Amino acid sequence: MIVAVASGKGGTGKTTVSTNLARALAARTAVRYLDCDVEEPNGHLFLKPSLGPPHTIHRKVPVVDATACTGCGVCSDFCRFGAIAVMPNGPLVFPELCHSCGGCAMLCPSDAITEEDRPIGEVETGRSGDVAFVHGRLRVGEPASPPLIAAVREMIDPDAVNLLDAPPGVACPAVAALRGADFALLVTEPTPFGLHDLAIAAETTRELGVPFAVVVNRSDMGDGRVDDWCKTQGIEVLARFREDRRIAEATSRGDLAYDVLAHVRGGYDELGRLVVERASAARAGAGGR
Amino acid sequence: MPHQIVVLSGKGGTGKTTLTGAFAALAGDAVLVDCDVDAPDLHLLLAPEGGEPQPFVGGVLPRIDAERCRRCGRCVGVCAFRALARDSSGAIVVDEVACEGCGLCAEVCAPHAIAMEDAVTGWWRRSRTRFGEMFHARMRPGAENSGKLVSLLRREAVEHARAQGRSMVLADGPPGIGCPVIASLSGADHVVVITEPTVAGVHDLRRLLSLACHFDVPGSVVVNKYDLNESVAEEVERVAASLGYEPAGRLPYDRRFTGAQIQGLTVPEAGPPELADRLREIWETVRHRIETPREAERRRLVLRPVAG
Repeated sequence: MIVAVASGKGGTGKTTVSTNLARALAARTAVRYLDCDVEEPNGHLFLKPSLGPPHTIHRKVPVVDATACTGCGVCSDFCRFGAIAVMPNGPLVFPELCHSCGGCAMLCPSDAITEEDRPIGEVETGRSGDVAFVHGRLRVGEPASPPLIAAVREMIDPDAVNLLDAPPGVACPAVAALRGADFALLVTEPTPFGLHDLAIAAETTRELGVPFAVVVNRSDMGDGRVDDWCKTQGIEVLARFREDRRIAEATSRGDLAYDVLAHVRGGYDELGRLVVERASAARAGAGGR
Repeated sequence: MPHQIVVLSGKGGTGKTTLTGAFAALAGDAVLVDCDVDAPDLHLLLAPEGGEPQPFVGGVLPRIDAERCRRCGRCVGVCAFRALARDSSGAIVVDEVACEGCGLCAEVCAPHAIAMEDAVTGWWRRSRTRFGEMFHARMRPGAENSGKLVSLLRREAVEHARAQGRSMVLADGPPGIGCPVIASLSGADHVVVITEPTVAGVHDLRRLLSLACHFDVPGSVVVNKYDLNESVAEEVERVAASLGYEPAGRLPYDRRFTGAQIQGLTVPEAGPPELADRLREIWETVRHRIETPREAERRRLVLRPVAG
């Protein structure tokens, strides 16, 4: 079972919800937490897993054998990303612009192009109590996170509840995390920014065909527009967590609220029960894929 | 050339748009840009009006001519993004979300049944706000090349500022450190990083400042909700200063920030006065640094860190 925890707006509490939910669910089922926010992964700060050695993830970029290159320009004419150029004094590759499509190597009439591995980040796995832990960490300066998110997703355990902590927004990184999930939780806050970005995230999640429900975090900080909107859209609000300075302070220290604040446990236990129920129903509805 | 200032955070939801909105009100005549083309929010504070939406061609997508297609499947085999597949009838179909628009399928198609066509993946426009013109955009969800759209917005804004003789372009940035952030940051004159005094905030700040150093952009740091954890707030400022980014001020944990947002106003307009005053002090500090960048520049060059 795959449950993605996403949001249009950043900082609404995706990591807070998904790490606490992982801990709550671990008492009843096998749980794996996968941090897909590889640009800024934070789950490890709260779950504090014991990690194994990092596994470097690569993608393919071209290398040109200058002695074999005839300077014909087929590769640079083909590349729509401007990642390969043929200069008077030889070919030039811009690996950070390359999308790793493999076209230049395939099309080169003199077989002068091969592909080499370029490291883009690391995937680490470990355990935090009963929670299995996976995260990816994008190298600073590397623009494209989706290939690394794909590597994190390869660690999905088919026999567990997999909680995917998605990056914010609805661009390609968020979609890379959301696609193919059985169910999604969209975390928002009851503010104009929260509502605006929730509407965008809901539209995207619908387009991807992923059933979803909403969690309203800091539910008493703003106004009632998020609740009203969810009602008119027929979107279920699975949980409301009130603004709580003790949680904010625990989070600021890197403490997992579920571990240090007894009063939050009931809410997460109940959310865990509902999420598993909704996700199971969604899977059954989709033909148990 | 106008000064280009960008507000970033690494971690999302730390107050970028609230700060940018306040700066817009305090600057008065900056050309404004919302570089968060994925989940833009600045318009909710600045209420931009008018401006024809311009289509943004973010890339190309394959269109398959079913009559010419021999269903050989060569395109499916070469696609690195698994964006082509056979449907139940054996016809080749395109997954437009997965496609990155490289064009290899069209290149290898023997009967030339695939044409690459421009894909409109968003729009952008120049609108008017009560604080000056604003360039903003919206990307189609899941679309590629948000960095290209950000670069286009910045280019248009700088061009406009130059033509109008305006001294400043002020941009609200996206979260993270990936492609739209790189597009927002590269070539800017000053980055204002707003963060929270949390372990996650510090973690993300280090990564963002490494990126800013990599692109050689000087800047300032603002700690939001500093009173949530004052020892971490000090750590934030220490970490930032060690990388050559000096603090520009602190903001308290105060629900009245949300009150201004609910009214659709910036804090300098909606108040309360003590928060507006703090924002004004931060703005004056940032503006002073932009106008006299030498000291910060010298420090930054001495303390260039290793990206990691």
